[in-house]
Amino acid sequence: MIAAALLLAFVLFLVWRARAHAADIAQHDEKRRLRYYSASQWTLIWWRFRRHRAAMGAGILLSTLFLMGLFAEVIAPYGPTTRDARYLDGAPQLPLFCDHNGCSWRPFIHGVKTERDPITLRARAVPDPETRLYVRFLVEGQAVKIFGLIPTKTHLFGLDAPGKLHLFGTDSLGRDVFSRVLYATWTSLSIGILGVLIAFVLALVIGGIAGYCGGLIDMVIQRVTEVVRVIPIIPLYMGLAAAMPKEWSTTEVYFAMTLILGLFGWPTLARRIRSQLLSIRNEDYVVAAELAGVRPRSVIARHMLPSFTSFIIVDLVISFPYMILAETALSFVGLGLRPPDVSWGVLLQQAQSVRVLEQTPWLFIPAIFVVVAVLAFTVIGDGLRDAADPYAEAK
Amino acid sequence: MTILAVENLGVTFRTDEGLLRAVDGVSFTVAAGRTLGIVGESGSGKSVSTKAITRLLPASAALSEGATIRYTQKSGTVVDLVQLPAKGRALRTVRGGEIGMIFQEPMASFSPVYTVGAQMVETIRLHRGLSRKAARAEGIAMLREVGLTDPERRVDAYAFELSGGMRQRAMIALALAAEPKLLIADEPTTALDVTIQAQVLKLMRRLQQKHRMAMIFITHDLGVIANIADDIAVMYLGTIVERGPAHAVLTNPKHPYTKGLLAALPRMDALGHRMTPVPGDIPSPAARPSGCPFRTRCTSALPGLCDTAAPPPVPISAGHSAACARLETARAA
Amino acid sequence: MVRFILERVLGMIVTMVLVSMMVFVIMELPPGDYADRYAFRKFSGTGVNVSAADVQAIREDLGLDVSAPERYFNWISGIVLEGDFGQAFAFETSVVNVIGDKMWLTLLLVLITLLITYAVSIPVGIYAAVKRGSAADYSLTIFSYLGLALPNFLLALVFLYFANRWFGADIGGLFSPQYERAPWSIAKFLDLLAHLWLPAFVLAWSAVAYQIQTVRATMSDELNKLSVVAARARGIPERRLLVKYPARLAVNPVVSTIGFDVNRIFSELPIVAAVLGLTELGGLLLKAYLDLDMYVAGAILLLLTFVIVVMNFLSDILLALLDPRIKLSG
Repeated sequence: MIAAALLLAFVLFLVWRARAHAADIAQHDEKRRLRYYSASQWTLIWWRFRRHRAAMGAGILLSTLFLMGLFAEVIAPYGPTTRDARYLDGAPQLPLFCDHNGCSWRPFIHGVKTERDPITLRARAVPDPETRLYVRFLVEGQAVKIFGLIPTKTHLFGLDAPGKLHLFGTDSLGRDVFSRVLYATWTSLSIGILGVLIAFVLALVIGGIAGYCGGLIDMVIQRVTEVVRVIPIIPLYMGLAAAMPKEWSTTEVYFAMTLILGLFGWPTLARRIRSQLLSIRNEDYVVAAELAGVRPRSVIARHMLPSFTSFIIVDLVISFPYMILAETALSFVGLGLRPPDVSWGVLLQQAQSVRVLEQTPWLFIPAIFVVVAVLAFTVIGDGLRDAADPYAEAK
Repeated sequence: MTILAVENLGVTFRTDEGLLRAVDGVSFTVAAGRTLGIVGESGSGKSVSTKAITRLLPASAALSEGATIRYTQKSGTVVDLVQLPAKGRALRTVRGGEIGMIFQEPMASFSPVYTVGAQMVETIRLHRGLSRKAARAEGIAMLREVGLTDPERRVDAYAFELSGGMRQRAMIALALAAEPKLLIADEPTTALDVTIQAQVLKLMRRLQQKHRMAMIFITHDLGVIANIADDIAVMYLGTIVERGPAHAVLTNPKHPYTKGLLAALPRMDALGHRMTPVPGDIPSPAARPSGCPFRTRCTSALPGLCDTAAPPPVPISAGHSAACARLETARAA
Repeated sequence: MVRFILERVLGMIVTMVLVSMMVFVIMELPPGDYADRYAFRKFSGTGVNVSAADVQAIREDLGLDVSAPERYFNWISGIVLEGDFGQAFAFETSVVNVIGDKMWLTLLLVLITLLITYAVSIPVGIYAAVKRGSAADYSLTIFSYLGLALPNFLLALVFLYFANRWFGADIGGLFSPQYERAPWSIAKFLDLLAHLWLPAFVLAWSAVAYQIQTVRATMSDELNKLSVVAARARGIPERRLLVKYPARLAVNPVVSTIGFDVNRIFSELPIVAAVLGLTELGGLLLKAYLDLDMYVAGAILLLLTFVIVVMNFLSDILLALLDPRIKLSG
C-alpha cells in the first residue's frame, strides 16, 4: 500500500520534473544561454556537479557524517569510554512504538534484566518485554564540552537515569558503540583531512619545483618520487608507526599519524602537478605572458595554476579514501592510534575474528561507516571530475 | 545502371537532450562507374548518411521508417541494406567486399598495433578466401598500385611509421584490397597538404577507372568536388538542397546556399575582391528551424512561406533540381 | 632491446640503493637500538640486573658501536655480498632462517592473486564496456565501487565466515596442521593450494575492482576509435573485431600497472594475514613490527620492494613487446 503510494508519488514527481524541465527550456532558453556564457569556471563546475545526482547525494551524506562527528559530544548520549556494567556485549536496542502491550506515541525500549546462560552459565543481559523505558530528547547527562570548549550537560537524546539507551549495542566492556562510533568518526575524518592537507602542501612544493625548474633538479626529484612510490605503502606506514614510542600520549600519536600519512601521500599528486606544469610551460599563452614581462611568480600563480586547479581538487578528494583506509588498517592491527583514543580502526580492533561476526555482529557497525565514507568520497571525486572536465558538453 | 539507390533516408540520434534529427528525407542514386560528390559544411549530415548506407552508425542512431537503401551486388541481386540483420553475414559481405570505405584520418583508421600488411591480409582473406601467402602478395601488389615506393618493405610497416600522404595511399589500398564495387570516401583528402591532395585525387580517379568502381566522395571543398565528381548533391542540415550533374550545379546553381558556397570560393579571375562567406552559422540539429532549414541564413527568404513548410525539390533541367520556395513560386507564376 | 634492458636495470639498481637507504632509516627509527632490545628481551624477568656497560658490551659484540653510515654499509654489504640479512632476535636465529621459504610462499600467493585478478578483470571490464549502460554494466560499476571501499580485513573476515560455514572450519592459515612442519611433498603442496585460494581471492578483490574500471574505461575509449569503425567497414566479424582491435589495446594499461598491482597486494598482505592467520611474509612483517624486530622487518620490506621493482621492469618489457609504438631503443 505505502509502497504503491510512494511509487505513484515518485512517478508524479518525475512527470512534474520533466514538464518543468521542458517549460524551463522553452521559456528561459535565451536567458540561460546568457547566464551560461557569462558564468565563471567555478560556477560552471558547480552547475554540472549539481546535476550529478549520485555525487550530490554522497556530498550530503558526507556532510551529515562530518557534522555528526563534529557534534559528537552532544549527539552521543555517552562518552566514548563510559561503561554500562549491566549491559555487556549487549545487542542494539532499537526504539519501538508498539509491543504486545499496545502502542505508544513516543518511542521506547524494553528494560534489561540479567539472566544466566544455561550453557555457559555466564551472566548476560536480555531485554525484559514487560518494562518500558521511554526515549527522551534533550536530556541531562554527562558533562561534556562541545569542541572541547563550551561546557554542556544536555544530550540530543537518551533515557531517564538510570536507564541507558544503546542504539548500536555495547562491547564487552559495556561501552556504547553508537557513542564510540560518533567520536571515532571525528577522529578518522579529521586524520584524513589533515593527512591530505600535509600531502597536498608537500606535493605542491615538490611537484612545483620539479615542474618549473626541470633539468637536474627534476631528475633527482623524480628518482625520489619513484622510490616512495615503489615501496608498498601500508608496510611503509607500519614501519613508521611502529617506531612511535610506547609512552607517547594519544594526542602525540594522533598528530604523528597525520604526519606519517601526509608525509608519504604526496607522490601521485606531485607527479600530476609536475607533468601539468611541464606540459603547460610551453603553451602559447604562458609564453605570451612571459614575453609580456610578467614575473615568474605571477606566471605560475595567475596563468599556470588556474588551468589545472580543478584537477588538483579532484585528486585531493580522491586521495581521502586512501588516507582513511590506511588509518583504519594501521589502527586495526595495533600500529596506529591507541585506546583509549577511538577511531574507526581502533573500534574494529575488537572485531578481528569470525567469532565476533557470529556472536556480536554489531561491533562491525564502524566498518559500515568506513565503507560509506570511502564510497562517498569516491563518488564525489568522480562527480567532480566529470564536472571539472571542460570538454563535457553542458547546456 | 544504378548500383545504389537511397530513398527517403532519415537518421535520428538519441541524446541527453532528446531526439536529434541528423538526416531528413534524403534520396540519391549512384550509377555504376560514376562519382557522386556530396558537399556540405560539417554537421550537414553528409558523413552520417553515408555511414547509414553500410549501417555503421552507433547504437544511439535509428534509421527512419520507410527508408530504403537498394544496392545491386556483384552477383546482380538487389538487396535493401536497411533490411539486412545488423550482425548477419550478408551485411558483413557487403561491408568491405562490396562497398569499401575511406575515412578522413588515415592514421586513426589503422590499428596502431598491427602492420599495414596484416590488416590488408586480414581483409583480403576474409572476402576473397585467398591463402595467407597469396593475400600478402596481393596486398603488396595493391600497395604498389597506389604508388607506395618499396611496397615489399612497407607492407610490414605500422601506419604511424608512414608519412601522411603514404598513409592515405595505404588506406586506399586497404579499402580496395577486397575489390569493392562502390567506394565511399569520407573527406579523404582534407587532412592532407594541398600538393599531396592533388596527387591522391588523381590516384583515386585513375583507380576508379581501372577497377570500374562507383564512388561517393564526401567533402566540404567545392574545389575538390569540381575536380572529381560526375554528379553533385549539396547537403544542408540533413537535407539535400540541390543536386544534379556536376557541370550544371557548378555553372548554374539555383539554391541560394549553393550560390553562397560558390561565392565563398577563392577565384583566380577575381583576385583583389573579398570573398563573400555565407552569413551566420549552421544551426544545431537540436534547434532545426521550422519549414526550410536554410531560411535562418538565407538572404532572400520569403516570410510566411519559407518558415511554414519545407520546399520540395523543383526540377530545373535533366537530373538537376533544387529545393527552394522561390523557384517554386517562380515556376507557378 | 639490449640497450633498453641495460638502461632499465641500471635504473633499478639506483632505485634499490635509495630504497635500501630509506628502509635502513625506518629500521633505525624506533627508540633505542638493537642492543637495548636484545638485552631487554634476553634478561627481563630473569632477575639479572643489566647495566649500561652490559648493553655497551652487547653493542660492541654485534658491531653496532659505529656511526650510522657505517652500520648501513655493513648491513647492505652483508645482504649483497653474503646474502646475510642480520639477526632476528625474537627468533634467536638469522633473518635468512626466519624468512626461509616464506619468500617463495609469498611469491606463489602473489602470482595466484595476479592470475585471478587478470582472468576476472580483463574479460569483465571488456564486457562492461561493450554493454555500456546496460544493467550488467551498472551492477559491475557498483561492484567495483564497493570492491574499492571495503577494507580488505573486513572482506577477509566475511570470506572466512562463509568459508567456515560451507567448507568446514579448516580454512585459515596456509597449511593443515599435519602438514605444518612436514617436509615438502606433493600432498603438502596440494594442501597449500587448497588454503591459498582464500587469501588470493581476498587480495585479488580490490585489484579486480580497480582493473575492471581501468579496462572498462580504455575499452570504451577504444570502441569509439575510428580504427574500430574502419575495421567494421571492412566486414570483419564483430566478435573477432572486438578481440583484435579494441580489446587488444585495452589490455595495455593493465600490463603497465602490474608492478602497481603487486604493490597494492603487498600493501594489503600484512592486514589480511592478521585476519586469516597467514604465516608468509605479510604476517611475519606484522609480527616483526609489533616486536620491533627491525632486522626482520627491514629485510622483508627490502625483499617486497625488490619484487615490485622487478615486476615494474617486467611490465615495461612486456608493454614494449605488446605495443609497437613504444620504441625499445628509447
